[in-house]
Amino acid sequence: MHIPDGYLSPATCGVLYGASLPFWAVAGRKVGAVMKARMVPLIALFSAFAFALQRFNVPLPGGTTGHAVGATLLALVLGPWGAVMGLSVVFLLQALFFGDGGITAYGANVFNMAIVMPLAGYGAYRFLITLFPRRQAIAAAVASYFAINLAALFAALELGLQPLLFHAADGTPLYAPYALKIAVPAMVIPHLLVAGPIEALVTGMVIAFLLRSKMSLGVLPQPKPLRLRWLWVGLGVVALFTPIGLLATGTAWGEWGGEDLQNMLGFVPQGLEKLGSLWRAPIPDYSFPGLGPVSGYIVSAVIGMAMFALLSFLVLRASRRKG
Amino acid sequence: MKAEGFWEKTVHHVTEALERALVAEGLASRPGLLQGLDPRAKVLTILLLIVAVALLHSLPLLVAFAFLPLVLAWLSRISPAFFLKRVGLFIPLFTGLIALPALFTTPGRPLFSPWDGLAITEQGLRAASTLVLRSWDSLSLAVLLVLTTRWNHLLRSLRVLMVPRAFVLVLQMTHRYIYIFLRSINAMFLARKSRTVGPRPAGENRRFLASSMATLLARSHHMSQEVYLAMQSRGFRGDVMTMEDFALRKRDALWAGLAGLLAVAAIIADRLLT
Repeated sequence: MHIPDGYLSPATCGVLYGASLPFWAVAGRKVGAVMKARMVPLIALFSAFAFALQRFNVPLPGGTTGHAVGATLLALVLGPWGAVMGLSVVFLLQALFFGDGGITAYGANVFNMAIVMPLAGYGAYRFLITLFPRRQAIAAAVASYFAINLAALFAALELGLQPLLFHAADGTPLYAPYALKIAVPAMVIPHLLVAGPIEALVTGMVIAFLLRSKMSLGVLPQPKPLRLRWLWVGLGVVALFTPIGLLATGTAWGEWGGEDLQNMLGFVPQGLEKLGSLWRAPIPDYSFPGLGPVSGYIVSAVIGMAMFALLSFLVLRASRRKG
Repeated sequence: MKAEGFWEKTVHHVTEALERALVAEGLASRPGLLQGLDPRAKVLTILLLIVAVALLHSLPLLVAFAFLPLVLAWLSRISPAFFLKRVGLFIPLFTGLIALPALFTTPGRPLFSPWDGLAITEQGLRAASTLVLRSWDSLSLAVLLVLTTRWNHLLRSLRVLMVPRAFVLVLQMTHRYIYIFLRSINAMFLARKSRTVGPRPAGENRRFLASSMATLLARSHHMSQEVYLAMQSRGFRGDVMTMEDFALRKRDALWAGLAGLLAVAAIIADRLLT
C-alpha cells in the first residue's frame, strides 16, 4: 500500500500533506501531555518495533506469505495518537532510506496508513469491546482487518481519482493511469483476501499473547469501552449522510418492484404481481403525497430513524433494568 | 513458495536491510562531489528536483532527468552499475508490472493490436512510460541523496524543512534501534531454525511468530524505559536539543543555485514542449 513517487499528482500530495498536518499537531500535543519527557524514547522504540514487525514474513494457509503493518497493534499498545506519531516515523524512514513509498507521496502514505489505519483500528476495537467485553483478542483482529481495508480503500480512491482529475487534452492520464473502477478492486481485493487476514492474524495473536502472559505495558493508556453516548453520535453522523441516497439513480439491485421489472423486462412475473399486492407500505417508495420527491425522501428518512431510535432506546432500557 | 519459506524469507529480508544500510554508510563517508556538500543543501535541492520531476509531463525531459542522477552518482564515485541496480530493485518489479495493463486499458487511438479486441493505445503508451519514468527519476534522486549522505546527518538536516526538534530526535533514535531489533530478529530466527528438524505444522509456526513479535514488543517497551533512565541520568529534562553544527560554504551555495536553476528551467521547458 506504500504509494511510490510519480503515482499521485503534486496537487493530491499537497492536499494530503495538508490533511495530515492537523493530525500531527493533535498527536504531538496529546502524546506530549500524557508522556512528557518519556515520550521521545517511548515513541522511538515502538517505531523501531513497528519497523521490525513489518520485516516478519507471515505464512497464510495456502502458501502465500506477506507482512503486517501493525497499525492497529501499535494503536492498542501506544494509544491512537502515539501510533499516529510512531507510524509517521516509520514511514518517513522507509521512504528516505528503503525506497518504500515516495517522498512526495509521504503525506498520502501517512494519511492512509499512519492516520486512517490506527485511528480506525482503535475506534473499531473500542466499539467491538463495548459489545463483546470478553473477546479482546478477536476484537483486535477484527478491528485491524477493518482498519487495513479502510486504508486500502483510501489509497485506491486517491489513485483512482488521478486519471479523472489529471489528464492531458487527448485523454492521456498524467499520473496513476487507472480509473476508480479498476483501482478500487485491484487495491481492495488483495487486502480483503491476503493483507487483511495477515494483519488480523498478527494483531489478534500478539494481543492474545500479551493478555495470556499478563504482560503489562505500564505507562500506556489502555483502550476503554466506548460510552453509549458515542455510539449515538456515530449513528447521528451516518444519518447526516442520508441525502446521498438522493444522488443515486435507479433502484438498488434486487429491490425491483413490479413497475421496475415492467420497465426492465417488459413483463411482470405472475407470482410477484400477486405477492406485491399483499402488503401496501404506509409510505410507498419513501414518498408522501403532496410533498416533492426530495422533501418526501427526507421526511420518510426522519420518520424511519425516529422509529428505530425509539425501538432501540426501549430495548436498551429494558435490558439495563434487568441487569 | 513452500510453507517453510517464511523462515528464510524473514532472515533474508532482514539481512538485506542491514546490508543495504552498511553499504550506503560506506559510500557516504567516501570523498566525492555530493559527499562534500552540506546535507541541508542536499536535502533541499534534491527535494526541489523531485518536486520538479513530479510537475514534468514531457517525455524527453523525463528521460533527461533519468540521466542526471546517474551522472551525479558517477561524479560522486558511485559506480553507475551499482547505482542502477539499487534504483532498479523497486522499479521493474513494481511499477513495470503496474504500468503494463495501462497500455491496453487507457482509451485512445489504437497503435498496435496483438489480439482481437485488445489494442495498445497511443495514450496508454504515453501514460505507462510517463509513470515508469517519473517513478524512476524520483527514486533515483532519493537514492542519490541516501547514498551520498550519512543517514544520521540526513535526519539532522531535516530541521531545515521545519520538522520539529522532538521529531528529529525520535527519528534518530528509531533509526539507531531499528538495527538492534533487526539483528535480534535474525538471532531469534536462526536460533529457532537451528533447533528445528524438518517442517513444522503451520499453526506452530504462527504461534512462534506471534510470540516472537510479542516478545519484541515487550522488549521495546522495556528498552524505552532504560533509554529514558539513561537520558535522565545524562541531564535530559524534556527539552529536546539536536546538534546543529553544519556550516554552509561557497560550494553549497553554488550547488543550490545550479540545482534551483535546473528545476525552474526544466519546468519552463516542459510548459513550452507540451
